[in-house]
Amino acid sequence: MSAVVETKNLKKVYGSVVALDSFTHTFDKGRVHALMGKNGSGKSTLVNVMAGVVEPTEGDLLLNDKSVSFRSPADALRANVVTVHQELSLVPELTVTENIFLGRMPKKSAFGLPVIDWRGADKATAALLEDMGLDIAPNTPVSQLSVGQQQTVEIAKAMSFDPSLLLLDEPTSALATKEVEMLFGLLRRLRERGVTMMYISHRMSELAEIADTVTVLRDGQHIGSVEMQDTTNQEIVDMMFGSVANDRPARRAKKLDTTSPILEVKNLTRANAFRDVSFKLYKGEVLGIAGMLGAGRSEVLRAIFGADKFDSGEIYVEGQRILKPDPRKASSIGIGYTPENRKEIGLVQMQSIHDNLSIASLRKNATNGVITRRAEQPGVDKQIEQLQIKIGHADDPVSSLSGGNQQKVVIGNRLNTEPKIMFFDEPSRGVDVHAKQQIFQIIWEQAEKGLSSIFVSTELEELLEVCDRIIVMKEGQMLGELDPTETTITDLYTACMEGL
Amino acid sequence: MQITRLFQRYPMEFILLAIYIYLVIAAPGFASVDNQLNVLRNVTMQGIIAFGMTMIIISGEIDLSVGSGVAFAGCVTAWVTRALTDITGPYFAIAVGTLCAMILLFGIGVITGKLRQHFQMPTLITTLGLLTVLSGAANLITGGFPITSFPREFSFLGSGFLWGIPFPVYVFAAVFLFVYFLMNYTSFGRALYAVGGNLEAARLSGIDVWKTKTLAFGITGVFTAIAGVLIASQILSGSATAARGWELDVISAVVIGGTSIFGGKGRIHGTLVGVLFLGIIVNGMTLLNVSEYWQLVVRGMLIIGAVLLNHMFDKSLVKH
Repeated sequence: MSAVVETKNLKKVYGSVVALDSFTHTFDKGRVHALMGKNGSGKSTLVNVMAGVVEPTEGDLLLNDKSVSFRSPADALRANVVTVHQELSLVPELTVTENIFLGRMPKKSAFGLPVIDWRGADKATAALLEDMGLDIAPNTPVSQLSVGQQQTVEIAKAMSFDPSLLLLDEPTSALATKEVEMLFGLLRRLRERGVTMMYISHRMSELAEIADTVTVLRDGQHIGSVEMQDTTNQEIVDMMFGSVANDRPARRAKKLDTTSPILEVKNLTRANAFRDVSFKLYKGEVLGIAGMLGAGRSEVLRAIFGADKFDSGEIYVEGQRILKPDPRKASSIGIGYTPENRKEIGLVQMQSIHDNLSIASLRKNATNGVITRRAEQPGVDKQIEQLQIKIGHADDPVSSLSGGNQQKVVIGNRLNTEPKIMFFDEPSRGVDVHAKQQIFQIIWEQAEKGLSSIFVSTELEELLEVCDRIIVMKEGQMLGELDPTETTITDLYTACMEGL
Repeated sequence: MQITRLFQRYPMEFILLAIYIYLVIAAPGFASVDNQLNVLRNVTMQGIIAFGMTMIIISGEIDLSVGSGVAFAGCVTAWVTRALTDITGPYFAIAVGTLCAMILLFGIGVITGKLRQHFQMPTLITTLGLLTVLSGAANLITGGFPITSFPREFSFLGSGFLWGIPFPVYVFAAVFLFVYFLMNYTSFGRALYAVGGNLEAARLSGIDVWKTKTLAFGITGVFTAIAGVLIASQILSGSATAARGWELDVISAVVIGGTSIFGGKGRIHGTLVGVLFLGIIVNGMTLLNVSEYWQLVVRGMLIIGAVLLNHMFDKSLVKH
């Protein structure tokens, strides 16, 4: 029921990117090992190698001193290595029993034919749930369970494979505090039974509660492993960020006119998303919103833009109250929004670059509803030049562009409406380093021209680099403001985790 | 090489041309002026609706009710004509009847759009229901027997000639030009593609996505009414059984023309090709004495084949 996990010089290369580099470490059995590192540090790759999702380019993985090579998740399962995924992988319409035994329902013989043994399956499920101290009826449809209960069912399903090694990739990201407690109770019971666990989480505060050791990765390398009881959060953050942890990036000189805000938000609230958010945005300012996943950053932006509704609070643009905003209204008063998931909702993939640069400005370019492509051409040309979008021809499908260039098209589409205020939601996600710098440059250039921006990013370094002022949010609440010139990344990270 | 590229870009145009040439050679009487005009006349009614349907399908929706809509429009027009002829004279009565049919079908289109917007009713279901509702309504209006309230001269609209060409062809051409203009030179038309291609991206870009979809349904309703009046004129009565099953021919013409059934992609001239394609095939096979049952089989296969071809070449276009 227990496994020592050893890695020897594990390496994984994707094209020219080294995701995991000579990772060597021994994880003791029967303990909870936390894996820490910022986005792209290689911790998910490490777990994916153990889970059989990816094969390492080089190196060995040993379970209980035996070398194993998993070619698929099924291989890993046969070796009793079980993964609990970040996204719930349950089928909502099916019952708890059906989900746990999905694809391997126990059979019995009736009139010589194999049929599903429902009673046996329910019994086995009930035993499993009871064993884990869960009070859920086996025949409950999963859709009727809370997210927390669903996560525990997910773990019950993992347990039905009798794991010796359990891999948990951000199992708490969708859970409320009480549900996290329930989950931790469960994990402690598993530990008592000797199950070895790998635990990925971005929530620093959870580590003290559940982890026995912390292993830190940075740029695919093993930076160090420490016993949880012997370390501090400060030490972990320093290991995560390395030498830049205490740097203060050079700032552009910027004098802001703070007499009257261009955008003011008062006590904006939506149940279960964010509450009492109030801030001001000034002309030509780049305001950052920092916070972990689920802190409510994007939700606030989407509410102001009118993409989602909110329950209460007030929004003023240049002193004018905006009632019940919707994307159309927001666009017409000069607010632009580039969404975080550009591929899904930022672009019309099947349309051309020209079309995608012109969608938001259709109304602006039309006279009495009549529009010609020629009327759009100046806007298209202007953005391609100004944003340095690398294209073959403007009539090529936008799907033929690289991530960075697609992001520029999303931004260009909005800039063509000549907005006064822009919301950039994760503009650097999935974009290479060079394009990322260009996008920051664009944001600054637009700020110099008087555009006010709000910038949201999971990468805290970016916020320090790009913004004039940073708001910190945690669990839907605004904690306060930071001046990037006086903030180190460690400060900011700690603020997002622990509060100001 | 140039020809290959051209063929990949316009596969249906080439196939239509090939079939046309074949029929000119092989089918007796196909090339005669009378027959050519006959083909044109036969495709106009369904074609007018197909142009509207193209907008609906590009916007990511579908309308299955158009067949019954045609019958309903004819019956409404005939009924109003019967009621008003004694008071206002026949022509004014017909005009009022036509207007009533247009307004009613426009309104039904708007309701379809609103149900989609506010209750997430799939338009496949709403219009499937309407297909039956409108058929029933047409029968209620007529009492089960065609209403023959039209004066003989009214048949000009559906059966008459103007400068040697059947009158409905002018209507067909006018509707084509109108939709061509809408789709290429108005913000509404450009929004159709964005809305059908990615609803959320269009919404976040400030497009009124529901108004766009609803308007496509409304306009198609008006076109359906026009087709209904033309048919009523042709048969000189309002009949509840006219145009039964047209919705499938209309949708076939649209997808043969290269419009994606999933929305976001398509051209109005493609639909023109699709409409002519179906018309020529039917006419050609009849002239070649192909049995009616075989005609059905061949038509169905051609629809599948045409869409398959479009898909194949579409992929190769994306790669380049």
